[in-house]
Amino acid sequence: MVSPRYQTAFKLYPYKKVPDQDDSPARHPVVIIGAGPVGLALALDLGMRGTPALILDDHEGPGLGSKAICFAKRTLDIATRLGAGQQMVEKGIVWNVGKVFHRSDKIFEFNLLPEAGHRNPAFINLQQPYFEKFLHDAIRDARQHGAPIEVRGMNRVTSVCPSDDHVLLDVETPDGSYQIKADWLIACDGARSPTRDMLGLTFDGRVFEDNFLIADVRMKADFPTERWFWFEPPFEGAGQSALLHKQPDDIWRIDFQLGWEIDREKELHPDRVRARVDAMLSSQTGAVPAYELEWTSIYTFQCRRMEAFRHGRVFFAGDSAHQVSPFGARGANSGVQDAENLAWKLDLVLKGVADEALLQSYAHEREFGADENILNSSRATDFMTPKSENSQIFRDAVLEMASRAPFGQAFVNSGRLSVPCIYDDFPLFGPDALDGPARTRPGAACPDAPVGNGFLLDHLTGHFVLLVLGGDEPPPVSAFGITTAVMHLAEVSPELAERYLGAAKQAVYLIRPDQHIVARWPTFDADAVARCIALALGKDTS
Amino acid sequence: MTLNLNPNINDADGFYQELLAVHDGLSKAESDALNARLILVLANHIGDRTVLREALEAAK
Repeated sequence: MVSPRYQTAFKLYPYKKVPDQDDSPARHPVVIIGAGPVGLALALDLGMRGTPALILDDHEGPGLGSKAICFAKRTLDIATRLGAGQQMVEKGIVWNVGKVFHRSDKIFEFNLLPEAGHRNPAFINLQQPYFEKFLHDAIRDARQHGAPIEVRGMNRVTSVCPSDDHVLLDVETPDGSYQIKADWLIACDGARSPTRDMLGLTFDGRVFEDNFLIADVRMKADFPTERWFWFEPPFEGAGQSALLHKQPDDIWRIDFQLGWEIDREKELHPDRVRARVDAMLSSQTGAVPAYELEWTSIYTFQCRRMEAFRHGRVFFAGDSAHQVSPFGARGANSGVQDAENLAWKLDLVLKGVADEALLQSYAHEREFGADENILNSSRATDFMTPKSENSQIFRDAVLEMASRAPFGQAFVNSGRLSVPCIYDDFPLFGPDALDGPARTRPGAACPDAPVGNGFLLDHLTGHFVLLVLGGDEPPPVSAFGITTAVMHLAEVSPELAERYLGAAKQAVYLIRPDQHIVARWPTFDADAVARCIALALGKDTS
Repeated sequence: MTLNLNPNINDADGFYQELLAVHDGLSKAESDALNARLILVLANHIGDRTVLREALEAAK
């Protein structure tokens, strides 16, 4: 028996008995636990590279409820490479204007004015079940083109036993249990990761003493597609802060910060939730529009991470490895970046191109990414919930000054939206020999830019690429089992020049499969490129 | 010189965190005293009486 832990939004991967169950233990190169955003993205990335990926999930589809709703550009860029981005952007809600209120006063308004010349918007609002569905649709498409990806629903991993050359799993199904041997195991099983518990690993960090009530309501309202955020909302029972944000399907996300000492059962009672929502909505329109409560939940959060994201043959990715507050949308977004970071490395190790040493860089790089996200999300939380009288005085002074002078707005922090971290001075990155723009220095993820009738990132399809701007077209470089693709552009769009050339006349970029820049030079030098390929593969060439 | 009221601090979030951190563990009276010393230090650095007068006005 595999009893459900939650309701699902819809079925994507119904249980089906497979031959492995009668012929156990079968061996698989990569087993992923959990078919959430991170597990699906990882399996898709591996499968598209031809490396078999098996996902085990103890349900048959995504959990009910919006959950993560804000997906950032970097995530959309990754999803686009994986063949799911367009569907997400078409379904999602794009917004640019935000309004910040303190009590009844609007203290300022911002327009994100996203930079032109990118395929994807700065971010979209989209319910997590849709995000998972679009990834799963892409898995189905990829499978039809031969990608070896399998998702087994109602397969619950009940024990994890690592050894030197494999990890042995016990898996419970409606037809009884069986065993699987995995070369590599990736736990993408969420903040309460059973895998982490089974291995007795700790997950330490900071608990924030606060409760947030989420009410997703369905209504046809004329509110503009904007993000509205209140500090000390003027409407009754709203707590210390409140948020109104639009999702697809006429769903609105409403968030109330209720404080620490509350009775959860009582606060989740529909009458009580409705009273709060009524007060918020009528404060803006003078009347309460007709609406239905779609989903409600009370959550508390912590900012914490595992000390190490890799334990031998077991990797942790996404919420199982790190947990942040929701402010800044750094949870699911950073998890998808974990998946992207790990996929190409595992693939090259399994194909024998790279040594296992490369895998350690996953932990090193993504632990750094998690620290940056935890730092940003802790700061936002501290701003929203001042923890001392003095913090409260400064916070209120900032809000007061923000309505009077532009500098004050820079301090107002209701979440800094997720951007990819830059791996400055990390060992897998090479020299910055170009006097180029800071944003495209080695370690950074490539920003998009127009190329011909399309975009730059369309050409960075998951392999090592030499991007050559101006000058002559060099030959591909082959070294250490890698042959780079060459993308030579004799003519450079103004946006591409601004983002990749700056004052330089021409440039050569080596870009790794996850679209992070390894190194850059003013001119082509095959030996220098080969040395940086070795570096990017974690080879010891000394 | 006139008072700059536009964003002017690199990594404002980082500065804000440091600003609050120096108050950790202080009583209200100690925090007030620290804030007063801080204002004096910053005012002395600015020096320019016109700017300081504008700052006093902006904060009122």
